Parts: sequence; structure tokens; C-alpha cells
Amino acid sequence: MKFRTLLRHFRESFKNIGRNGWMTFASVSAVTVTLTLVGVFLVLMMNLNHIAGNVEKDVEVRAHIDNAANKDDIKGIGKKITEMNGIQSVIFSPKDEELTNLIDDLGDNGDAFKPFEQDNPLRDVYIIKTKSPQDVIKVAKEIEGFDYIQSVKYGQGYVEKLFSFVNIARNIGIVLIVGLLFTAMFLISNTIKITIVARRKEIEIMRLVGATNTFIRWPFFLEGLWLGILGSIVPIGLISVLYYNLYKYAAPQITFKFIELLPASPFIYQVSAILIVLGAVIGIWGSLMSVRKFLKV
Amino acid sequence: MIEMIDVKKTYPNGVIAINGLNVKIKPGEFVYVVGPSGAGKSTFIKMMYREEKPTSGNILVNGLSLPSIRNSKVPLFRRNIGMVFQDFKLLQTFTAYENVAFAMEVIEKEPEEIKKRVMEVLDLVGIKHKARMLPSELSGGEQQRVAIARSIVNDPKVVIADEPTGNLDPETSWEIMNIFEEINKRGTTVVMATHNRDIVNNIKRRVIAIESGKIVRDEHRGDYGYEI
Ligand SMILES: Nc1ncnc2c1ncn2[C@@H]1O[C@H](COP(=O)(O)OP(=O)(O)OP(=O)(O)O)[C@@H](O)[C@H]1O
Ligand SMILES: [Mg+2]
Repeated sequence: MKFRTLLRHFRESFKNIGRNGWMTFASVSAVTVTLTLVGVFLVLMMNLNHIAGNVEKDVEVRAHIDNAANKDDIKGIGKKITEMNGIQSVIFSPKDEELTNLIDDLGDNGDAFKPFEQDNPLRDVYIIKTKSPQDVIKVAKEIEGFDYIQSVKYGQGYVEKLFSFVNIARNIGIVLIVGLLFTAMFLISNTIKITIVARRKEIEIMRLVGATNTFIRWPFFLEGLWLGILGSIVPIGLISVLYYNLYKYAAPQITFKFIELLPASPFIYQVSAILIVLGAVIGIWGSLMSVRKFLKV
Repeated sequence: MIEMIDVKKTYPNGVIAINGLNVKIKPGEFVYVVGPSGAGKSTFIKMMYREEKPTSGNILVNGLSLPSIRNSKVPLFRRNIGMVFQDFKLLQTFTAYENVAFAMEVIEKEPEEIKKRVMEVLDLVGIKHKARMLPSELSGGEQQRVAIARSIVNDPKVVIADEPTGNLDPETSWEIMNIFEEINKRGTTVVMATHNRDIVNNIKRRVIAIESGKIVRDEHRGDYGYEI
């Protein structure tokens, strides 16, 4: 293809947007609606994931070691834990340190424990983090079976509830994705159905006059690209403004420890980039779909 | 130039449209194709520009064997023939100028050459002054002029027309026929299916009459030959 032909296709694709008037409008609207839904959903999902990640990060296993264990036993336990599957980090915390931490954590009330400094009732502890937080329960169960382990704590009950909440939230996310994809496909295929009649004649005539399939496809491809980008403008604007304000005004009101929104600054740009790419893909896909049927090959 | 050898065409629904047809058309000829409705004229024409493939037999146009051309190569083949239809087949969102220019853009001609040549043919068919109008802003006769301009813009050796005056009033039909005559005078072969008795009887040319998918008459300077 000659360069001026490529220029011609660009020119033609811009002209088509104007020539096809309301069809352009219908396609852009379909993309706009779809992307608005996708965008809202994306913001929800990414924040949810962020919060879930925050919560999960704090989950750890604490293995308390029996006082009967000597130094070598303790080292042996540490080695065994390190060699288990899915372990991210193992930290040894001697009982003196545990007590100091406890006293610090309790602040003024901590003084009550001061007398115990001579005769520490606490145990040496291994603090274990797993690579996947969901492995915590399995790892805890396994360590329970080791020698010289007095008890294993990982927030029993609380952790199970947390995980089932996170799983449900993620499943809802998947259901939403699927639902959304169907909506998008429905909207776009409907728009294509409307445009197809007009386009069928157009393509037939182009082939009569000697246009190859590639030649016919190019302006359609570019037109789809422009339609997709046009369709992403409103959703991007809407979501950026809404999220920016949500982050600015609503987020400071939430003081729950783990619940924290993704900072507006990089997040809005990321979502915008995703939406513009999605718009382009949807536009190109829709446009090429509408020609494909009539390009006899 | 154009040759059909033992051509048969059966449509998928079982209708036999062309039933054993042999014909030769030499360069520079002007040929009318006549016959009753449903005789197979349009099918005959469509096979010449490879819109339909024969069920059996062979068709040669400009030395190419049409049945063996792949679908994706059909547009390339069509660049060497001009086509004119009863319903004009203009791109509705393109101006008259753009419709004609499109046929040259497709073969990647220089923009200056396109501009010059398109205005030239629009002038030839007498519609230069309406170059910027859309088909919807033109009369039937004017639209057909644009379609003819498009069919000849790349100097094809053959122009094929299926009832080009079918939608036009008698006076406009004569004007359109004058353009076809002019094209033919310049050496282009013209094959035209028509129901227009007046024209066939007055502008005497070769007449091929088709009935039930067969050539029943082939005369050098023939008559239309059917009562209306
Ligand atoms: N696409 C098609 N599918 C099935 N049958 C067809 C098709 N096109 C034409 N036919 C049939 O083939 C026969 C010949 O049709 P054709 O259009 O060639 O006739 P024609 O001579 O051009 O008629 P007219 O003068 O009315 O235009 C007719 O019986 C018609 O019904
Ligand atoms: Mg016909």
C-alpha cells in the first residue's frame, strides 16, 4: 500500500464519521454506555482488591514454642518451617521481646506486667507469613503437629470469616464481569445490526468498482478506532471527576483501619488508559465485524 | 474479448437461468441483449463480471477464465471492466465527484491525475457542474451519468450495462444512449441488456435475444423483435 493511500484511508475514516451522522451517534452511545459500566465496575473491583490485599497482608501465623525446647530444638523448628511450601518469611521473636512488645502495646496498663520481667510467662514465638494469605490455615495446622509446639495462633475464626468475605466479593466481581461483557456484546451487536443494512450496499458497490477487501477494511478499521475513542471520552470524564471527589471528600471520613481507597492520582490515569484501550478495541471489533460478513473471501 | 462456451447456470434453488449458451463478442462491438422477463439476461450479464459463476462451461473476459478466479481476486478483475446498472449503484454518502474518484483511488492513482481525469469524464457525461452533489440531490438521469462516468474513468476495454435506461424517462434514455454511443465510438466494447424497444430499433446494433436461458437469435443489425 502506498503512503498516500494510507493517508486517503485516514481522511476517509474521518469523513465517514460525519457522513454516517446518526449511525456514528448510535455507535458512540453504545460504547459510552458500555464503558461507563465497565469503568464504574473497574473502580469498584480494583478498590475492593486493594482493601482485600491490605487485610490479607496482616494475616500471620504465630507458633508458640514450649519452654521445654532447647536452643537446638528451636533452631530445628525454625528450619522445618522455612522448608515448608508457600512460606514467605519466618521471624523468631524471643519471649523477652514478646513481653516488651506487649508492655509497649498496652501503654500505661502495661506497667501491670512489669513484675513478670523476672519470671516471663510468655513463650518464644515464630511469626510466619505465607506467600498466599489463603495458605495460612493449612500452614498453621501443619505446624501444630511439630514437636515442642505449644500452640499456634492465626486469628482463628476471624481469618476464616475474612477469607470467605473476600472470596464472595471476588466471585461477585466475576459475575459482574460476565454480566457486563454480555451487556456490551448485546449493545454493540445491536448497533451493528442497525448499521449493517446501509453498509452492505456500500461494500457491495466498492467491490463492484474494484476495491480489494483490504482497501475496504482500512477506513472501517480506523472509523471503529475513532468511534471507540470518542465513546470513551464521556466515561473517562465522568469517572475521573466522580472518583476524584470521592477520594477527596469521602475517603477521609472512613477511618476503618484496612478500608482505604486507592489514591486518585495514578489510579484515575490507569482507569482512563484502560477505558480508552477498551473503547478502541470494542470500536475496531464492532466495525470490522460489520464488514466481515460482506467481504466474500 | 468476451467468450462463453457451453455455459449453464443453475441457481441454488434449482432454477435453470442459462441453459447451454455459446457466444463470442469481439473488441469494439456494441451488443444489445434482449428477451422476455426472466429469460436470463441479467444472469448472462452477471456472469460476465463474475458476480455469478457458471455451473458448467467456461467464460473468458480479456483473456481471463472467470470461473477459476478466486473470490478475493474478483475486485482486481473488475478494474478492467466498467459496469452500469438500472439502479445506478452509487455510494449514497459520497458526492458525484467522490463516487467517480473512488474507482481511481482503488487503483492508487496520483491525486492530481485523479482530479484531472474525474473532471474530464464528468464533463464528458455532461454533469461537471454538479460534481459536489450527493446522489440524493440528483435526478435519475443525472445519477446514471455519474455511474457511467465512474464506469469509464479507468478506460476499461469493456462496459457492461444491465438495463441502464430501465428507470429513466424516454428523453433521458436517449441522452444516456448518446453517451454509450460516444463511449463505443472511442473503441470500448459495450454489452447492454435492455427492454427499450425504441432504442434498439433506432440505434441499430448487434442484437442477441435470449429466451429460457438460450440464445434464440443473434443478428448483426437486428430489431428488438418483441411486442410490448
Ligand atoms: N439469485 C437468484 N436466485 C435464484 N433464482 C434467480 C436468481 N436470480 C435470477 N433467478 C432466476 O433466474 C431466471 C433468470 O433471471 P434473470 O434475472 O437473469 O432474468 P432477466 O432476463 O434479467 O429478467 P428481467 O428482464 O425481468 O430483468 C429467473 O427465473 C429468475 O427467477
Ligand atoms: Mg434483469
